[in-house]
Amino acid sequence: MKSINIDILSDFKIDINVDGDKVEIESTMENNPQLLNTLFNNNELPFAGIVLDTKDKNWIIYYIFLSKGKKIIITTKMPIIEKTFKSVSTYIHGADWFERELEDLFGINFEGHPKLGDFILHDDIWPEDVEPMRPDFDLSSIVPLYRKDIGTKRIVKEKGSFIMPIGPIFSGEEESVHFRLETIGEEIIKCHPRLFYKYRAIEKKAENKPVYQVLLLSERICGKTAVSHSLAFCLAVEEICQIKIPERASFLRMYLAELERIRHHIEVIGRICNSTGLLVAENQVSILEEGLLRISQELTGHRYLFSINQIGGLSWDIKDELIIEKTKEIGKILKELGKIKKMLISTSTFLDRLEQVGVLDISSVKDYAMVGPVARATGYNNDVRKYIPYLEYRDMEFDVSLEKEGDGYARLRIFFSEIEQSYNIMEQIVKKLPEGKVNTNVQLKRGSGIGIVEGPKGLCVQFVRIEDGGKIGRYRVISPSFFNWHGYHLAVEGFAFQDFPIILATFGLSAADNDR
Amino acid sequence: MSRWVLTGLSRGIITTKYPKKKDKTPGITPGIPVTYMGNKIYEKIIEICPTNAIYMKDNIPRVDISKCIHCLRCIRHGKDSISWAMDYEWAQAVHEHFSLPSIFKKSAHIRVVDAGDCGACLNEVKLLNNPYYNMHRLGFFITPTPRKADILLVVGCLTEHMKMPLIKAYEAMPSPKRVVAVGTCSVSGGIFQPDFITYSSVSEVIPVDIYVPGCPPPPLAILHAIMMVCNKEINPK
Repeated sequence: MKSINIDILSDFKIDINVDGDKVEIESTMENNPQLLNTLFNNNELPFAGIVLDTKDKNWIIYYIFLSKGKKIIITTKMPIIEKTFKSVSTYIHGADWFERELEDLFGINFEGHPKLGDFILHDDIWPEDVEPMRPDFDLSSIVPLYRKDIGTKRIVKEKGSFIMPIGPIFSGEEESVHFRLETIGEEIIKCHPRLFYKYRAIEKKAENKPVYQVLLLSERICGKTAVSHSLAFCLAVEEICQIKIPERASFLRMYLAELERIRHHIEVIGRICNSTGLLVAENQVSILEEGLLRISQELTGHRYLFSINQIGGLSWDIKDELIIEKTKEIGKILKELGKIKKMLISTSTFLDRLEQVGVLDISSVKDYAMVGPVARATGYNNDVRKYIPYLEYRDMEFDVSLEKEGDGYARLRIFFSEIEQSYNIMEQIVKKLPEGKVNTNVQLKRGSGIGIVEGPKGLCVQFVRIEDGGKIGRYRVISPSFFNWHGYHLAVEGFAFQDFPIILATFGLSAADNDR
Repeated sequence: MSRWVLTGLSRGIITTKYPKKKDKTPGITPGIPVTYMGNKIYEKIIEICPTNAIYMKDNIPRVDISKCIHCLRCIRHGKDSISWAMDYEWAQAVHEHFSLPSIFKKSAHIRVVDAGDCGACLNEVKLLNNPYYNMHRLGFFITPTPRKADILLVVGCLTEHMKMPLIKAYEAMPSPKRVVAVGTCSVSGGIFQPDFITYSSVSEVIPVDIYVPGCPPPPLAILHAIMMVCNKEINPK
């Protein structure tokens, strides 16, 4: 992650306000494309999403960028009657899906965007004028209208080409995703993933709900990465209310986040073994996963670490002896994993199916603003634990795992080495763990804040605006899978059908995380 | 390849003794709240519960387990916390004809449909296949196609987008068939209140025979429900 010298932006006639690690820039709609182009393309800052909010009959659009030690937030005001914005996706390809989402849910037209329409709300179910996220929209007026499937625009027009549909109900226990694969035989030429079958409108459901209720919703965005999402929510609320959580809570939160990372990565490794048909390895790995789930239950009372994060700290204190004992048990589990790793990397049938399969290169990863282990497997270092440290990550010693090849095997190696690094952090936490309380009193205030967390799948960003009475005004979730699904088609195109499930497994994607 | 076989064998048997013997290993279930008639003051607990799973009826505190999402707030709110039972046999039949004919006692095939799940319930269903729970030993198999399935497991709160695929999967199954709704979201909506895009329960769209509440229900609770459907004997000592 690069750092930025803010002086280079002086040509733009904009207000820059620096507050701690937050740089707020006020800009205008005309300026935006050029300004964002300067930040993204000329200075190579990672793009972290778009948030649209309303305030006093105005749209406020936030563009979030990250740089070393700083989060850069560009705000632009527009009157609420305005329905056309300038598209920035010609400069930032990663913003493409964000603009499509805003068009679908808010009814905002993006001038210059090549492909708007059918995205979150499927066109074969919903009428064109349904814009559920608009504050003045009457939800009770919506009537779903079932039409015939509108199909996909074909790109491959060669003789004998056809579309191979997969999903939404497919395979054993896969999540609901629909793929349309264009092919003329064995090779996948174009891949169109059709997502949002599980769109639960969590952002809409959160509106006008008390903060404590939304915390429960935030855990259920993606059950496998509940800690990272609820942590991002807690950080955002704590930023608004200016709460400093006790040191012990801070350390324990890191401990649980790393425990979750280990469990998530082990699950992904199990799925990779399954997709290559290595069933003994899959079962051996899933024994370890179940072991970690049981440890999680004994530590926090819940197998998936739900309900442990709380605004102002943790809901439950974990005894020191229990942590020391369980850390040793996790160490034993990881020793077992080490043995499995040794055998995996010497099994030629396994490696043949991963090496040079699903290759991504670093320039497309940058363009699509991809995050997490997928981006790090191409050598793109964007770990916010290192660059914009939250909690006590500043004091922790760990390396960010990086690989260069960008293929399936590189991603597998990233998962293995991140597990080692996470355990390394957990051991340091056990040594440094201070005594004291784990939660503080919370006084909710008005305002808006952003929480940025490095989850197991990658960057989790949450925007929260609290209104009077502790109710949520706007809740926005930017999840890591949303970035990575966007670039997923790059990895599959040009590979054979039998590689498709393997590439899907090595990406570690979640549909629930993406659909929200 | 032989090394893998040896690795698998050298691990030994770790499969649970359930249903012959009750499994009490720590960490296999998040547990459920239990109310007792007593001196305890339940008013504050009822106020705290985010899904109204704990309620008062005829001056008797009760737990509606189909709404509980294991948020553990009733146990952690301070003094006078609720009692907690580390149970997992909590599947409930909706009507009396919930089980399949006795011919399915030895074996049944299961199709899982993800109707809007957060990933946790689906993972617990997946873990039923791992060596700890190993549902193959009881004759249950997960099948990739609804046409071969006898039992439909529906996980997650049902979304409008998944309604048609779910109905099609249900209709493609041969009769006799049974539906098991897994997870609080699919039973009562849980924390997801029904609105324009989600339904309050799977039973609004297809008939449900057995409910397994829980957020997520542990693997043994799901196994218990499947055994109920297949008339398996469950009398753990």
